[in-house]
Amino acid sequence: MNPRLRWKTRAFAAIVILSNAFGNLLLTWGMRHGAEEITASPLSFIHAIVNPWVSLGIVLLVLWMLSKMFLLSWADLTYVLPVTAFGYVLNAALGRLFLGEVITPARWAGTLLIMAGVILVGLGTPHSEEPT
Amino acid sequence: MKAWLLLAVIIASTVTADLLQSHEMKRHGEIHDFRPSGLRLLLVTLARNKYLILSVACMAASFFAFMALVQVADLSFAVPASAGSLVIETILARLILKEHVNSRRWMGAALVAGGVWCLSL
Repeated sequence: MNPRLRWKTRAFAAIVILSNAFGNLLLTWGMRHGAEEITASPLSFIHAIVNPWVSLGIVLLVLWMLSKMFLLSWADLTYVLPVTAFGYVLNAALGRLFLGEVITPARWAGTLLIMAGVILVGLGTPHSEEPT
Repeated sequence: MKAWLLLAVIIASTVTADLLQSHEMKRHGEIHDFRPSGLRLLLVTLARNKYLILSVACMAASFFAFMALVQVADLSFAVPASAGSLVIETILARLILKEHVNSRRWMGAALVAGGVWCLSL
């Protein structure tokens, strides 16, 4: 893989991971601190979105969506999914740090497995062709 | 029961959105121009693609279901459990997008899926 593509892939993977993890955190924080409870009514969604934490979370999740779309313009879906799965580890850590959620030994084991998967796929190329 | 129903909505809509996005972005080609004018032009082009619009609608459905899910479940459950889509997507990427999934990627996806399952325990 040429160095420019490697750098670009890593930079966009980092943006995808960080924007998703912090977007989810802000969304959850907002939903638990002041946002109206979601019901079947569309109005309840609109009221929830007005909450500043939820709004900021949505901005980050829009950034996540766009950066993932850009990454998919040159990298395979089967490369992007495992590599950006590091976000799950970050989500668990942020949930522990900011939301007081419990990280059990099973969750730490899950973290290690995800890291192994991310490293394994991340060492390969983002776009592979069928062997001829 | 409500949590599992929301989870099913999240997984189905995420899989559809990712497959549509990957297909359409590959068709568009690699993005090189990251200047503001280039990005503006790109966003206008992408906003006119009906499959990408459909993928965004699927993501919106997934997003609202996720918002409802985090009210009834822990974030550290909601996020990894919704990643059950990863295995389904890997199989569908091979079958529909015709991606070459080598052994390294299969193994990586399996490790991540196993890890996600552990996180949800």
